[in-house]
Amino acid sequence: MVAAAETVAAQAEPEVLLAGHGITKRFGPVVANDDVSVELRPGRILALLGENGAGKSTLVNVLFGLHRPDAGQVVIADEHVELSSPHDAIARGVGMVHQHFQLVPPMSVVRNIVLGAEPRKLGMIDVAQARRRVMDLADRFGLHVDPDAAVEDLPVGAQQRVEILKALYRDARVLIADEPTAVLTPQETDHLLDVLRGLTDQGVGIVFITHKLREVMAAADDIVVLREGRVVGTTTPAQTSEAALAELMVGRAVDLHGDRFESGATGVGSAVSTAAAYSDEKPAAEAGELPVVLDIAGLCADDDRGQRAVDELSLAVRAGEIVGVAGVEGNGQRELVEAITGLRHATAGTVSISDRDASGARPRQVTVIGVGHIPEDRAKHGLIGSYSVADNSVLNRYFKRPFAAGGMLRRDRIDSHARDVVATFDVRTPDVESPADSLSGGNKQKLIVGREFSDEIDLLIAAQPTRGIDIGAIEFIWRRIRERRDEGTAVLLVSAELDEVLALSDRVAVMYEGRIVATVDPRTATREEIGLLMAGAAPAEVGS
Amino acid sequence: MTARAGPDLAAASGNAGMRGWSPQRVWSVAGAVVLVALVWGFYAWDGAQTTAVLGGTVRAATLLVLGAMCGMIGERSGIVNIGIEGQFLMSAFTAFTVASMSGSLFLGVVAGVSTGLAMGWMLAAMSVGLRTDQIIAGTVLNIAALGLTSFFYDRGRSLGQPKYQSIELGPLADLPVVGTALFNRPPLTYLALVLVVVLHVLLLRSVWGMRTTAIGEHPGAAATVGIDVIRLRYWNVTLAGGLAGLGGAYLALESVGTFTRAMSGGRGFLALAVMIFGRRTPLGAYAAALFFGFTTALQGQFQLNDTFDIPAQFVGMLPFVVTIIVVAAAGLFGRMRDPAALGQPYEVR
Repeated sequence: MVAAAETVAAQAEPEVLLAGHGITKRFGPVVANDDVSVELRPGRILALLGENGAGKSTLVNVLFGLHRPDAGQVVIADEHVELSSPHDAIARGVGMVHQHFQLVPPMSVVRNIVLGAEPRKLGMIDVAQARRRVMDLADRFGLHVDPDAAVEDLPVGAQQRVEILKALYRDARVLIADEPTAVLTPQETDHLLDVLRGLTDQGVGIVFITHKLREVMAAADDIVVLREGRVVGTTTPAQTSEAALAELMVGRAVDLHGDRFESGATGVGSAVSTAAAYSDEKPAAEAGELPVVLDIAGLCADDDRGQRAVDELSLAVRAGEIVGVAGVEGNGQRELVEAITGLRHATAGTVSISDRDASGARPRQVTVIGVGHIPEDRAKHGLIGSYSVADNSVLNRYFKRPFAAGGMLRRDRIDSHARDVVATFDVRTPDVESPADSLSGGNKQKLIVGREFSDEIDLLIAAQPTRGIDIGAIEFIWRRIRERRDEGTAVLLVSAELDEVLALSDRVAVMYEGRIVATVDPRTATREEIGLLMAGAAPAEVGS
Repeated sequence: MTARAGPDLAAASGNAGMRGWSPQRVWSVAGAVVLVALVWGFYAWDGAQTTAVLGGTVRAATLLVLGAMCGMIGERSGIVNIGIEGQFLMSAFTAFTVASMSGSLFLGVVAGVSTGLAMGWMLAAMSVGLRTDQIIAGTVLNIAALGLTSFFYDRGRSLGQPKYQSIELGPLADLPVVGTALFNRPPLTYLALVLVVVLHVLLLRSVWGMRTTAIGEHPGAAATVGIDVIRLRYWNVTLAGGLAGLGGAYLALESVGTFTRAMSGGRGFLALAVMIFGRRTPLGAYAAALFFGFTTALQGQFQLNDTFDIPAQFVGMLPFVVTIIVVAAAGLFGRMRDPAALGQPYEVR
């Protein structure tokens, strides 16, 4: 495989590094790619822009040899190629930086990088040589990592550098990066974009998949916009604007009503026509006037490995306000939500909800107190996939009147309730008897929101409420959350998308290593300041 | 840029620098020292009895470590093998039958190893190829082995020749304490010892060992760098079966010298405990196997001497009671993480 890579390197500079011509790919009745053509030239960054389900991933999976196209051709280094597996693509100098890192957590950085193409001595790994080659690469491209650390001990940004090094070690001339910034802080994102830019200076071509307009404008040389499996636009940052891109991507002007940011300041939100300024909105929630609904004091909780994940955290949420928890994933947000909702045992501290002590309460007790929970993992904690839409619509209170009487479920009441939820929350489903699994991600989420909102609640806990769903559904869910807030519900929003936190919150609490390190006003704080806090900078440093 | 890289590097070097002696390691070394001292003391007190117990320890440990190595190759690749018991039994049967009919112990061993390989392949076909639940696949092997060997069991058949006899390794065999126990052993015991060392190096240092770890931890990642996960799992589970097959041959042709119904007697399962206690490394497993072998040998000696005035069955329980206690206590030494993809069938997308 090393030999193959050398042959590629020995050839003259190709005109086209990687291209798809008229790619069509179907999955059953679904056409994921319909006559899609893209072209990547040396030293350029090609951004593939589109919503979830627009066909970006399918396209790169075809280009990387994971899927075979039903029609069309793949070109690598000016040659038409038939790829039967990623191995073929790798051998021709195409590398992939996967969204979910393809790294073996307990193995060292060096071992992860050389895996599959190990320098050997008598069947044993030539550790010294492997280490030297990795260090050389890291120096050459400015990708700093500790070669001997186990990958599982590294922060996400460093793991991503390992993933990139892994591709470069295989002499990649093309790097396909699938949503590489999804897990990074704004600063790490900037750093990554610098690194990618540095790679293009050395002749590497990059395919960059994203749905974040800001990054496209900042980093791309060429932009291809996909919608519903088709190419709907090919342009460059100089020729377009974020608003124009958003419209191309969604197919209509997007109105994320209530977004208080100027166009350009947020990712998906930037397509907003014109949002009402925040100060014009209903001021019911002016801090200090309404009662505290959620009061957390000194809360501690461990993660699944027994390490402390929530560390003496204190936070209060008042009625009628949205408090957004910003932070890089894995800083204890999940454990925090689980500890509040009774899904995880808190090792210390108290949680009180509506002046009642809810420390150590079981999930059902928390529900009954009047808490709605949109869980982070829809499939695992939000819905029971094999149950019908109707059953799922009463998961939080099937045991109560009017849905149950004398220990028996009352189907008629449940079904009519489900039809209400489906109608009110625009859940697209053939009927309420369909299994929840048959719904799309956005519709699943609307079903969950509908269920949680159709009861009297004082507190809403929304964890990653719009992860992986289309803009239409995001728009809908954001609007519903704002309505709830305006009606006086206290909302704790936890999201890895800083844009979402900024767009919705009245106060932003930044979480780092299990603590709230600062609480800032989203109207005055900048993305950069919040980003620094998310990366662990002390609030004092950020202020200056 | 420096500021950004700062926390990452600090975290990374902090972790790398902290690798010293883990509590487990301290405990095992301390335990080993105490054990050696005890053995030496007993040897001084009663040489013959101590030698007998040590010999019995090595004899029992050989079978256990062969099974444990079979199990760990599978588990490191992501495949649970609870069919070791069946692999032992079936291989013991064919090894004995072939040796008895051909008059050659060597052909018996070949038959035993081949049977182990064949059963390993069956496990691979079920759990890797057909993606059957791995526990069910292993259970199938156990039930099939018990049924087939009982059905074809021939009470009248005998080996027709002596079992494998001890070979003295020159002056080494005259060493005090361990001389007889380690260096005056029959051939398959020596072979097993060599395999322990070889496999240990291969698993921890070779390209094959690293790829095996990769397919057990994150088969998707292994596949993206061109490793054929299915193929490697097939090979590993099949070849690992050969080790269990050797164990079966050892049981019939070297340890006991005949075949009896269900003669594996649960030691295929005990081998799994040995594997886990040995942290899925061959040397670790051998240490664990010696420990379990010691309890087996000790209860044998107790029964022989009528040390305790209680029914023999209770004394015979000793190894199993110790297993339960030790496995429970192992949790106190810090839990070892299973390979992340253990038990999960891999499907090519």
